[in-house]
Amino acid sequence: MENTPVLETRNITKRFPGVLANSNVNMQLHKGEILAILGENGAGKTTLLNIIYGLYAQDSGDIYINGKLSPITNPNDAIKHGIGMVHQHFMLVPVFSVLENIILGSEVTKNGIFIDRKKARKQIVNLSNSFGLKVDPDAIVEDLPVGVQQRVEILKALFRHANILILDEPTAVLTPQETDDLFRIMRQLREEGVSIVFITHKLKEVLDIADRIIVMRRGEVVGETVPAQTNEADLANMMVGREVLLRVDRSPAHPGNVVLKVVHLTVKGQSQMHTVHNVDLEVCNGEILGLAGVQGNGQTELVEAITGLRKYDEGEVYIDEKPIPANNPRALVENGMAHIPEDRHKHGLVLPYQLTDNLVLCTYYQEPFSKHGIRNEQTILENASSLIERFDVRTPSPFVIAANLSGGNQQKVIVARELSRQVAVVIANQPTRGLDVGSIEYIHRTLVKLRDGGAAVLVVSAELDEIIGLSDRIAVMYRGKIVATVDAASTTREEIGLLMAGAKKETVLQ
Amino acid sequence: MNNSLKLNHFDSPKRKLIVPILLAVVALVVVLVLYLQNPAVTEAVLASMIRQSTPLILGALCGILCERAGIVNIGIEGQMLLSAFLAYMTNVWTGNLWLAVFVGLLTGAVLGLLLAFTSIQLKLNQIIGGTIINILAIGLTGFFYQVGMTTKGKISPIALPGLSEIPLLGPVLFNNPPITYIAILLVIVLQIVLFNTPWGLRTRAVGEHPRAADTVGINVFKMRYANVIIGGAIAGLAGAFLTLEAVGSFERNMTNGRGFVALAVMIFGKWNPIGAWGAALLFGLANAIQTQLQFMGTNIPHQFIGMIPYVLTIIVVSGFVGRSRPPAAEGEPYEKE
Repeated sequence: MENTPVLETRNITKRFPGVLANSNVNMQLHKGEILAILGENGAGKTTLLNIIYGLYAQDSGDIYINGKLSPITNPNDAIKHGIGMVHQHFMLVPVFSVLENIILGSEVTKNGIFIDRKKARKQIVNLSNSFGLKVDPDAIVEDLPVGVQQRVEILKALFRHANILILDEPTAVLTPQETDDLFRIMRQLREEGVSIVFITHKLKEVLDIADRIIVMRRGEVVGETVPAQTNEADLANMMVGREVLLRVDRSPAHPGNVVLKVVHLTVKGQSQMHTVHNVDLEVCNGEILGLAGVQGNGQTELVEAITGLRKYDEGEVYIDEKPIPANNPRALVENGMAHIPEDRHKHGLVLPYQLTDNLVLCTYYQEPFSKHGIRNEQTILENASSLIERFDVRTPSPFVIAANLSGGNQQKVIVARELSRQVAVVIANQPTRGLDVGSIEYIHRTLVKLRDGGAAVLVVSAELDEIIGLSDRIAVMYRGKIVATVDAASTTREEIGLLMAGAKKETVLQ
Repeated sequence: MNNSLKLNHFDSPKRKLIVPILLAVVALVVVLVLYLQNPAVTEAVLASMIRQSTPLILGALCGILCERAGIVNIGIEGQMLLSAFLAYMTNVWTGNLWLAVFVGLLTGAVLGLLLAFTSIQLKLNQIIGGTIINILAIGLTGFFYQVGMTTKGKISPIALPGLSEIPLLGPVLFNNPPITYIAILLVIVLQIVLFNTPWGLRTRAVGEHPRAADTVGINVFKMRYANVIIGGAIAGLAGAFLTLEAVGSFERNMTNGRGFVALAVMIFGKWNPIGAWGAALLFGLANAIQTQLQFMGTNIPHQFIGMIPYVLTIIVVSGFVGRSRPPAAEGEPYEKE
């Protein structure tokens, strides 16, 4: 490895109103290296990368490229220095073709006037061949799956001759297969001499792909290590700053009466994949039922039907043996159901609202928050302040709008709202997606505490570890049907995996 | 994989073309039949269609440039009206028609600058910004206009040598005054600019996803300013057309809603110059037929005949447009982080 780093930051400091996002951050990236920056939500990782890419201006500190002091004040500077960035929320124009997205801003022209699509297509095909990034240049971006869109973003950077690639939480939106694909691509890029910085809070990934790891906490670099000298537990401790339990700590369940009962539920969807066939489900108080399944096997539709977000064609939903009217979320809330939705932006929060309002979204009309149709601002604020404190939402104030929080903190706001009420049934769909270990631990403990308090909990998750760690019983969904319900204590990861892949119950559980 | 992706895509370019081509063929047959029956009237109606459509297509081109860049412009009517007025006044004072056209362009551009400033810099609601321009234009022209001013003339048609001799096509297409030619030329130029040049790609990117454009180093504010100002100048040309080429004098509120019909034309044309031209010709034809019907005298009261273009607007905008999608970031001020 060469001695001069291709990219170095010295004493970068950035302050936002109420938060010190980066405090004297020093970081070095060498040629052909994959550097992981690990940290909790709100640790300042994205801020640092945005400064390097010229989207934010640092308050103090310098950036060096190949040992030379290089002020970067806008993305153009960064591009000129060979830096490319793949943002967490892709910066692609949905209605443009792949080709148009890639050349945008660095167009290939003929006669200096017209876009030379032929030449551009050739260059893109060459690039995608040499880096193993398969993509059709003429496809329209909005028609492509997320994993392919990410490839377009990487191609976009390479097309601008980037030799330093910044990836902001690249795996947050990917399925496990897509993640494997991405890692393959990253390794190939490294072979070609590209240096990569990527942000994540997933410990396994870091150990899998990174050459070197930098850990950030509350705006500071708190440690540096290499995968060979560390493990998940150490990294988690460094990240959070205290001992973290990676396993869910819980006692055996004491299930009582059936609280949530789903009978013969059928949802006719657009295609075979998006349908729920005749599903029966029972969740007792004092137990956690995990719903496992590969994404797109009807879990989303099933949960939406149970929680009143979607009409269903046949069947009934009961809470405490009372039939619940279909497609009526308020009736469900009033019968003690809490719902942590899968899509936090679409169903979980009103993004332009302040946290105060988001935290009373399902109870704002009830006392003590409203009386005779008039809101009591004082109690709404008190409610927000106490929940922000209890659930450790990192925000400068309760009056911040939800859109301005990081994804993890948004999730905490939803969890705070839903799980602080008096609830009999909890439906948690992907409750910890995109969260860091500290927050995951907290949410898991909260779910277990609710269970021990007598609530019936249904957890849906794409993370098999989460399902197995949390559940007392596990139901496996495959092609819209519940193919098996097993006791969590007596099953294995492999068994659940096979059931998820469509293996017959009889052959798996002999 | 390539093929299936293309076939699945709803708006595949080939499919998009089928309906317009069919319509054009039908129109052509009808025109030929009518021409064989009554050449003089057919020619007159079609020539009138071209004239009537000119301010509409110019207004629509203004709308397309603005909206493709992400700025809603409902002030086209006002831009046209004030430009028409100042162009006319220049003609009255100096008698120089080309200076008058230039003043028209400039007036439109300045009003475009005003709209750009209010919506980009001040982040004012763009509907309000456009309304301000409309009210401003009505107020100013109403206040300063005096009846009884005279001019030395208006811009006269130029017959293109050779081409204007062709039967039917010649008198309709190749014997027009310059602004009409320019309008047709602008349609083609802007179609190419929007879809085949870096400028157009960037303009569309800025109107669809300004942050994405920003991250690849495109100056969102600059692109929006430029497009809204150029669009304004084109609307100004439409105003100049009315007073210098079509009528030759100014009347109170002479744009008569053309700026708004231009917006309908833009939407009907799905924000494409060529598409908008087709729509403008349709509206122009409706107007021409209306005039012709009144001319020939029918039993239908003239008020009803006069409604034809407006009824057409309502029908077209409410039903016939089909699934068309405006630029995604339209109307939203862009804020850098």
